[in-house]
Amino acid sequence: MSFWNRHKIFEKNSIILIAGILVVIAIGGLVEITPLFYLKSTIEAVDGVRPYTPLELAGRNIYVREGCYLCHSQMIRPLRDEVERYGHYSLAAESMYDHPFQWGSKRTGPDLARVGGKYSDDWHVTHLINPRSIVPQSVMPGYPALAKTELDPSDVAAHLRTNRAVGVPYTDEQIANAAADLKAQTDPDGAGSDAFQKRYPKAVVRNFDGKPGNPTELDALIAYLQMLGTLVDFKLYNEKANLR
Amino acid sequence: MTSPSSVSKSISKSMTMGEAGLASGLAVFAFVSLLGMAMGHDAAFSFHAALACAASLISVVVIGNRYLDRPAELPPAEINGRPNYYLGPIKFASAMAMFWGIAGFTVGLIIAMQLAWPALNFDLPWTTFGRLRPLHTSAVIFAFGGNVLIATSFYVVQKTCRTRLAGDLAPWFVVVGYNFFILIAGTGYLLGVTQSKEYAEPEWYADLWLTIVWVTYLLVFLMTLVKRKEPHIFVANWFYLAFIITIAVLHLGNNPALPVSFLGSKSYIAWGGVQDAMFQWWYGHNAVGFFLTAGFLAIMYYFIPKRAERPIYSYRLSIIHFWALIFLYIWAGPHHLHYTALPDWAQTLGMTFSIMLWMPSWGGMINGLMTLSGAWDKLRTDPVLRMMVVSVAFYGMSTFEGPMMSIKVVNSLSHYTDWTIGHVHSGALGWVGFVSFGALYCLIPWLWNRQLYSLKLVNWHFWISTIGIVLYISAMWVSGILQGLMWRAYTSLGFLEYSFIESVEAMHPFYIIRAAGGALFLAGALIMAFNLWMTVNAGRASETEGAAALQPAE
Repeated sequence: MSFWNRHKIFEKNSIILIAGILVVIAIGGLVEITPLFYLKSTIEAVDGVRPYTPLELAGRNIYVREGCYLCHSQMIRPLRDEVERYGHYSLAAESMYDHPFQWGSKRTGPDLARVGGKYSDDWHVTHLINPRSIVPQSVMPGYPALAKTELDPSDVAAHLRTNRAVGVPYTDEQIANAAADLKAQTDPDGAGSDAFQKRYPKAVVRNFDGKPGNPTELDALIAYLQMLGTLVDFKLYNEKANLR
Repeated sequence: MTSPSSVSKSISKSMTMGEAGLASGLAVFAFVSLLGMAMGHDAAFSFHAALACAASLISVVVIGNRYLDRPAELPPAEINGRPNYYLGPIKFASAMAMFWGIAGFTVGLIIAMQLAWPALNFDLPWTTFGRLRPLHTSAVIFAFGGNVLIATSFYVVQKTCRTRLAGDLAPWFVVVGYNFFILIAGTGYLLGVTQSKEYAEPEWYADLWLTIVWVTYLLVFLMTLVKRKEPHIFVANWFYLAFIITIAVLHLGNNPALPVSFLGSKSYIAWGGVQDAMFQWWYGHNAVGFFLTAGFLAIMYYFIPKRAERPIYSYRLSIIHFWALIFLYIWAGPHHLHYTALPDWAQTLGMTFSIMLWMPSWGGMINGLMTLSGAWDKLRTDPVLRMMVVSVAFYGMSTFEGPMMSIKVVNSLSHYTDWTIGHVHSGALGWVGFVSFGALYCLIPWLWNRQLYSLKLVNWHFWISTIGIVLYISAMWVSGILQGLMWRAYTSLGFLEYSFIESVEAMHPFYIIRAAGGALFLAGALIMAFNLWMTVNAGRASETEGAAALQPAE
């Protein structure tokens, strides 16, 4: 029986055809995806990466909601020009608590993986409300509504709890104080500031949007942008130890 | 749930299991949605629950009316020994395809213009680029493309199996349910409901709904195959089947998420960081490979031989390229993640298999083009056939360009730039768009038993859209390569030559050309919509009886 005749078994039996298709399409995915869950070298061993504070997480959700990832990548490739333009190439460890990842696929605007600390809060406030007032050639939309919308603290704890369920190591204490921490991070003189900083060491406490009152979406988004890429201290990072 | 027959017939009329089950299921769903609307944690969720409630109630009424209007017996599977094909759901899906096509192309034009003239974002939350872009991609890929695929698959599977589509309400559930998914997804994007996974943006509840619809789709298609009257499963159906199954697998693999609340729209995806990236592009590239390629190759395998009245060029080539294509495509995802934090071994695998993928892709192209052997003269006289043949040529072009761009050195230049956008659109506009247009130009007259209103208008559509595509992709090639070169340009002193914003500024003229190309493509589609409208509503009846059953090509 020739090869072509043998193929008739697929052409004459829909269930066998389905089985054949399933086997053939399963192989590539299994080989490429499964090892990423057990190979230790997939994610580097690094100090400093921590879960997002409630305010940063809220900002990240705004970043997702507005589709920022469609024009801004968060993934610096180890190419000379990128490292010089944006900073140290991105590590897998830096996005290990990201559900979902925000590496992006297009740079209509610049990469944001290390935008944290690059500009002042004031710059971000002006730029997010009206980008062309500060960068005339920009094609970015303005987001004036962010400054006017207050964050809803009621479900912050639920957000942290959900993140913990998918693998982000939030502590019970962090979850219990989530709503308070949301506000504490925008209020350096407030009573909760010290406790917040114990729960999230090195997190920045500032009034990001410069306005008094409850934290706004603008506070959250700027808090997120200002921490991007700042968690790992690359003076201490051992590149050789993490060669893959 | 029986009722005495109001019509004086000998047999008593009763609801089928499907009618009773679906109607009561939807009634329960309407109630659940009502609760969801009242208790929803965010406005978008409540709005979607309200839509679901309204849609379920309307569906219950429609099912009831349909039952009252229909004769006691369901339509027979055969009339006088010939299959009694089920065309209603196909008509609906093809009309929706045309509608969503126009909508999707229009949104595409809007966002293209936003990049050229950012004032068009209007700085309102629901009109910014970031929210409209997923609306554009989903509208063209899933709404336009998806409806074309469902319509043609339901048509082709019936004709090539010489049997009536399986199910009575199930095919309607598939087409209506799928379009309801599109409605939920699309309105969600405008309201900021997204899980930010490209081409898989809809949130958890839309994903669940799609799962139900898709499983029904698979069952309808499969049961039709099972009861076929032909010994062989026709090659187009292999591709449709691979498309339906693989999309189901991809959808389930990429979308597991935990909602913050079952009464809210926000969820967090199960996968994180690098694993999420790999899952996403395993999904993303195979949405291209199976939704936009395998499904549309099925269209090519039925509509081109039919229109050209020639058998498929090579049966053996179709076997080889089918299995090779579906095996290799699955591996190609990591080429979206070259030089990222994805481990190198995975990147290398992705690149290797992407390059190999060139061969089965061209196998399909050759099989499609060579089917015209002995009928090339028809390209002169039949613009519909010309459209489909040019689509296959675009398929060949973009499946050469793709493997080339997956080579890591090339990708280091092309990634993150407009070159990728140009590449996608040579495939999407040239291949998927044109083969869909060709299929609809064939299908609409067949379904409504009419002659196409005007071949001259098809010719206009063809040329306007072709010019549009050429403007689009050449603008994106130039802007993409220019961008890539500007980012890596150094001065003689060893400093980066351009700031990022200078590269943004340099894109402006190309963004205008691209928008012009998109406008032409949209204009072509509007001509098509007019042509098809006139075909259905003012067209002459077809001369040959449309019921002439087709011989599957061997």
